[in-house]
Amino acid sequence: MRATDDVLNAIRRHGAEAYPEEGCGFLLGEMNADGVRATRVHRAGNERATERERRFTLSPAAYRTAEAAAEDAGLDVVGFYHSHPDAPARPSETDLTEAPFSGYAYVIIGVEDGQPAALTAWQLAPDRSRFVEDDITRDAAATPS
Amino acid sequence: MPTTQTQTVTVRIPTPLRSYAGDQKTAEAEGATVGDALADLAERYPDLREQLYDGDGDLRSFVNVYVGDEDIRHTGGAETSLDGGEEVSIVPSVAGGAFG
Repeated sequence: MRATDDVLNAIRRHGAEAYPEEGCGFLLGEMNADGVRATRVHRAGNERATERERRFTLSPAAYRTAEAAAEDAGLDVVGFYHSHPDAPARPSETDLTEAPFSGYAYVIIGVEDGQPAALTAWQLAPDRSRFVEDDITRDAAATPS
Repeated sequence: MPTTQTQTVTVRIPTPLRSYAGDQKTAEAEGATVGDALADLAERYPDLREQLYDGDGDLRSFVNVYVGDEDIRHTGGAETSLDGGEEVSIVPSVAGGAFG
């Protein structure tokens, strides 16, 4: 995954602000055969009614809102992020079971005692059997605004 | 004999599935109901089928479908009828979290 510093820092910030709950949102940018380039973050609310310290939900309505914001900016929804408060920045079994399609970038920000920690990116294997860690290449290009 | 009216709708394809649908953001499909239109779409683009449906032939749990601005869960599900010309959107939902 390629991402600008602005995107990576916005994810870290959201993870810290949502602590001790999980924060989540969408990555906007471009997707092609080479992968995902994230140029903007679209924050969303964690729509879980309970257990928000360890679970998150992004509803289809939230996806549609993010998709509209992406279209307005000439971008696409290219992935998702969520935080793991006081837990490793690795996908859980639940993350695997409830992930949608392969091809999106799945970013996890670990948050320890309210401070952003490891930030990792993952690709869902095409057969949905596992997540494969993805390198994050910092993209120097300016974030369109 | 009654004839079944066939309606043409535009289906919005989520970003990672476009590569299975001719790299298009939208594709046309025909059907009198949402279920029929999605089945027609899967017929036209067979690689989409396993993305959208599980082994039992049901839409995967994270696959949501809208007709216009209405989630079909509130309008009759796959049996939701189509007049033709609507925009049908395939919309993923996402969930997960640190601990299962």
